[in-house]
Amino acid sequence: MKNILILFFLSSFLFPQTNQMNADNIIKAIDKNLNAESRTITSKMVVRGRRSSRTIKSKSWVVGTDLAFTEYLSPPREAGTKMLKLGEKLYTYSPQTDRVIQISGHMLRQSVMGSDMSYNDMMEDRPIEELYKATIEGSAKVDGRDHWIIVLDAKVKGLSYPKRRSWVDKEYLLPIKEELYAKSGKLLKTASLEGIKKIQGRWFPSKFVYKDELKRNSKGTEWIIDNIEFNKKIPDSRFSKALLRK
Amino acid sequence: MIQFLAKGLIRDRSRSLFPLLAIIITVTLVIFGIGFMEGAMNNFLHSTAVISTGHVKVVTKAYKKESNQLPNDLALFDTKNIIQTLGDMYPNYFWTPRITFGGLLDTPDQMGETKEQAPVFAFGLDFFSEKSRQVEIWELDKYLISGRLPKNRDDALLSTKLAKQLSVNVGSSVTLIGSTMDNAFTTYNFNIVGTFDLNKGQADRQMMLVDISGARQALDMVDAASEIFGYHNSLYYHDDEAVKIRKHFNLTYSDSIAQILRNEESKNILSYMTGWNKINTIEKNKLPQQRSIALSDNQMYDNTEEWEELSVEDPSVFTPTMIALRDASQLASMVDFSNVAMGVMAGIFLVIVMVVLWNMGLMNGLRRYGEIGLRLAIGESKGQVYRSMISEAALIGFVGTLIGTIFGVSLTYYVQEFGIDYSEAVNQISSSNMVVPNVFYAKVTPELYYIGFIPGVLATVLGTMLAGLAIYKREMSQLFKELET
Repeated sequence: MKNILILFFLSSFLFPQTNQMNADNIIKAIDKNLNAESRTITSKMVVRGRRSSRTIKSKSWVVGTDLAFTEYLSPPREAGTKMLKLGEKLYTYSPQTDRVIQISGHMLRQSVMGSDMSYNDMMEDRPIEELYKATIEGSAKVDGRDHWIIVLDAKVKGLSYPKRRSWVDKEYLLPIKEELYAKSGKLLKTASLEGIKKIQGRWFPSKFVYKDELKRNSKGTEWIIDNIEFNKKIPDSRFSKALLRK
Repeated sequence: MIQFLAKGLIRDRSRSLFPLLAIIITVTLVIFGIGFMEGAMNNFLHSTAVISTGHVKVVTKAYKKESNQLPNDLALFDTKNIIQTLGDMYPNYFWTPRITFGGLLDTPDQMGETKEQAPVFAFGLDFFSEKSRQVEIWELDKYLISGRLPKNRDDALLSTKLAKQLSVNVGSSVTLIGSTMDNAFTTYNFNIVGTFDLNKGQADRQMMLVDISGARQALDMVDAASEIFGYHNSLYYHDDEAVKIRKHFNLTYSDSIAQILRNEESKNILSYMTGWNKINTIEKNKLPQQRSIALSDNQMYDNTEEWEELSVEDPSVFTPTMIALRDASQLASMVDFSNVAMGVMAGIFLVIVMVVLWNMGLMNGLRRYGEIGLRLAIGESKGQVYRSMISEAALIGFVGTLIGTIFGVSLTYYVQEFGIDYSEAVNQISSSNMVVPNVFYAKVTPELYYIGFIPGVLATVLGTMLAGLAIYKREMSQLFKELET
């Protein structure tokens, strides 16, 4: 009995009641779930156009928030295309042209492979805590599960979405549904996370669904994670421009 | 009699030379004026038709709505079949597919890194097909400044302005950075084989021309095209005919396909209705039609503004629809205005010339008052004198008009071939919607061969007829009195 009491005391100390969490703690917990020292991801992106759908497979290596390398595996037209993110810079290589092109300026607003995601969306994966100030707007039940509704206001300039509204699952501590707004308050995109699984001790979604709300008749883009490994050692050579051409 | 009159005209220069000169000059002016106006308007419409509108063009309904954004995701598929159908339906026109796209052109340095970048506005044209008339309608033989025409899929022509901006020459390679028809990021290498200057103000400032096969490869648009352009075989824009075939195509081909697609969609949706299988075949065919007609009548297809969530996605948005040149922005009023203005200007011009020649006929008739009196006195009847004067006027009018027509048509032909350069003024007003050529060319049209006869012969004869009426008012007593003095 004594042991049980000690265990109960320890557990309440180590794992505070989620209901008592403040907004800052919630976004810290989200960051902890979504970010890692390194990630190796095999995924596919299902782009649903007005006339047809395309599935694009890729493999990515990510270290922190500054280094990322993606190689597209299929369909044949995209196979061999590579992307390298080095801090604020994004490079792409296409085997058809044998050119390394830096994507900058307005090109960052272009869609990635015709999806509802832009290159800016890809680039902006710094921890939410660094970019936004969070306030809890309320609670709501979504699909029978308890969620906090959190409003995120940008605390740094130049973000693609100066305001976000997130429905954060109280158990998973993940933003299951998000609305991304422009400075004017116009809804630009919506995102949702599905198929939450426990991977290497953290809750992580197996499917992200993005929808560009400015595209009329957009059916959204699904990003399905086939395999993900956290904190696996990735050599520095993976993130060299020379590797783009190999 | 004609020979007699002709001799008289040649011997008495005051009766022939000056009226003849006046007629020649005025007829030349009339012909050149009308030829130049026709030619200038046709140049303007031709330039716009070549670059942005065609005489008519076929696009999907969805593309038409958003055409200013170059939405290649809404492009036409199965273009070969559509072109075949259009050719069968309207043999007076020739049909050619085109891909219009934008992006960035990137030039590499020796290390393959970006050296220069500039926005590009490009056209994928059908250069290679057997019956292609692209080189002719773009007048590339004339406007090619350096290099050669495209021969291979990845060959590109760059405007001299763009080539200068990118610091590239014939033989350089450039990389297009753009979007595929699925809106995916794409890069594609083109080889510059020539440069051109269209002489159309700023319209070609960012222009690149490639073969449609290269554009299809770059943008992943297999057998697709942004637009199918139709040009009259004569390359002359016939507004009435263009409007007629646009109406015909949209009423027969386009609307019937749209109706079929909507009915199919309705049938599919209604088939989920409880008890659908219990309905008889006649009803099963009738109900979908009633549904789609009701949706259409209530404007519920793709009308989120009015119907919000009740708005129904239109299955026919990718049906081909035809647009005439006049349907492009501002061009309808411009075509109408130009037709009216041309008519009014030509009319005023003709009236002025007729008044001048009429007056000349009058003066000529009145000047010969004494001669008429003498001829009456020696026994010629009034009718004979009157008829001989009219015959003389007709002869002078005819000869003068003939010479004037030769001069006028020759002058018009010269300006048709060499044009008049307005480069500086045009650079200010040319845009992608309305392409104004730098050099205006006149146009020799069939009407120029006869239009001069209206003022040249008719006005001279009418003037003489009016003046000659005085013959009938002469009194014999008055006549002898004049002879005495």
